[in-house]
Amino acid sequence: MIRFDRVHKRYPNGREALSELSFEIADGEMAFLTGRSGAGKSSVLKLIALLERPTRGQLIVNGESTGRLPMRRVALFRRQLGIVFQDHRLLMDRPVFDNVALPLIVADISFKEIDRRVRAALDQVGLLGKERVAPLELSVGEQQRVGIARAIVSKPPLLVADEPTGNLDVTLAAEVMELFRRFNEVGVTVVIATHDRRLVQAAGRREIMLENGRVQLDSGATMESTTALDVAALGPITTDGPPPEIG
Amino acid sequence: MSSLSNWSARHGHAMVSSMGHMSRHGFATVLAIGVMALALALPLGLEVLVRNVRGATGDFSDAVGMQVYLKTQVSEQTARQLAQNLRGHAGVAEVTLITAAQGLEEFRAQSGFGAALDALTDNPLPPVLIVRPTADAASPDQLETLRQAVMAWPEVDAVQLDRDWLRRFGALLDLLRRILWISAGLLSAGVIMVVGNTIRLEIRSRGAEIEITQLVGGSRAFVRRPFLYAGVLYGLAAGALAWGIVAGATRALAPDAARLAAAYGQSYSLAGPTVDELGLLLLGGLVLGWIGAALASGYEIARSAPGSA
Repeated sequence: MIRFDRVHKRYPNGREALSELSFEIADGEMAFLTGRSGAGKSSVLKLIALLERPTRGQLIVNGESTGRLPMRRVALFRRQLGIVFQDHRLLMDRPVFDNVALPLIVADISFKEIDRRVRAALDQVGLLGKERVAPLELSVGEQQRVGIARAIVSKPPLLVADEPTGNLDVTLAAEVMELFRRFNEVGVTVVIATHDRRLVQAAGRREIMLENGRVQLDSGATMESTTALDVAALGPITTDGPPPEIG
Repeated sequence: MSSLSNWSARHGHAMVSSMGHMSRHGFATVLAIGVMALALALPLGLEVLVRNVRGATGDFSDAVGMQVYLKTQVSEQTARQLAQNLRGHAGVAEVTLITAAQGLEEFRAQSGFGAALDALTDNPLPPVLIVRPTADAASPDQLETLRQAVMAWPEVDAVQLDRDWLRRFGALLDLLRRILWISAGLLSAGVIMVVGNTIRLEIRSRGAEIEITQLVGGSRAFVRRPFLYAGVLYGLAAGALAWGIVAGATRALAPDAARLAAAYGQSYSLAGPTVDELGLLLLGGLVLGWIGAALASGYEIARSAPGSA
């Protein structure tokens, strides 16, 4: 569960990214953050992932007040959420397996368990068999899916994604959105920042539109919504792995 | 048990990670280790020097003794009597009398002032008794007691202990050793700085990796671990290399030292650094490397940690 309560974020250079921002995303919800660049989407995600802290106001994520969480507990906090970046942020000099395994290695999971879980995660994103491949040998879409496998490998209850389809064409973007939808189906809370309103409309999920650091429009909670992604409008989906086993 | 194997696994991971990084950056690694090794080699080299000088001069203490200068008016016969008395003294092994005439002869032969000395009507030199103590009476205290006793004789003008110059020389070596300790302290600080700066650059060059690791929930301890290992490995390598440098230098100097000793009619072989000192250098390198890496990584990683502000 994520609750922004009159959150204010001002950067050292004086720029006000968020002002008096309040909204709530319930457990198991899937929501899109939209708005022009500079509207505050990235700041919201950074605050959720505790990459930054609120200047004022309260932000509660997974039951923790992020403003006051001491640094030594930040690492544990981050293990409760998966992050997907637009530029996927993979370690280019390590094979796919090492990249996906990183969240488990830092969490002290045994090697045997790491092996099992990394394969399961790669299976879910349709990349099983690519463990030993270097990220540079993969396509852009595959690289993004490695990033997604890394975000979900530790089975976090919360998944946040910053423009996850930003570098992908329509077909690949649809594949990625379908992945997120499936994770959400098994109970993962999913928050996706995107400027691609076509994807948002196709998904038919809650949309929180930001403007100048405030909520401009909130389509409201759609937890009960079972609307499947309108994939036909976007193109074929080649990802055809078994249903995700998260939760 | 599983937590123990996890522990060893993640430390193994950190160590392999840091060794991999060091081998990929071979030149920088060699430079850093080289500078650290030179800094560690200098105090060790001084220590070996002091020890060798002490060892070489230690042989002279066998020949330690004292010279008893009698008053110039003391006759040769009285001098002989005094020598005889001294020979009966406890702790005295040998007494040699150099009469005033003999002393003048020796001086004439050695100084080259022959003509000038001929101009003298009187012999200005006193008779001298050279006393060599027995081995068990050669300690400074015992010699001092003997000196006091001899000084009390009315015919004696002055008593000079051979110990005096040895003592001065010993003080000089002590001073050298103290300089050694100070330089060791300063150079240790230098080693910490070199390690710290090397680790700082490594952290900078792996910024993306560190950030990603922290984003997926890697703790500060986890992120720091490979760098601490790197610091320790640098220190150990530098310690071993420093020992090797000093051992090599000692070996290279050995023939010259032997020739010098031979010129003094002695046989002396240079003593290189000991195995204990290798252990000490490795331990020192380990500790200094760890401190440097801990300081640098603590500072750099805290500075760049996402979410710290």
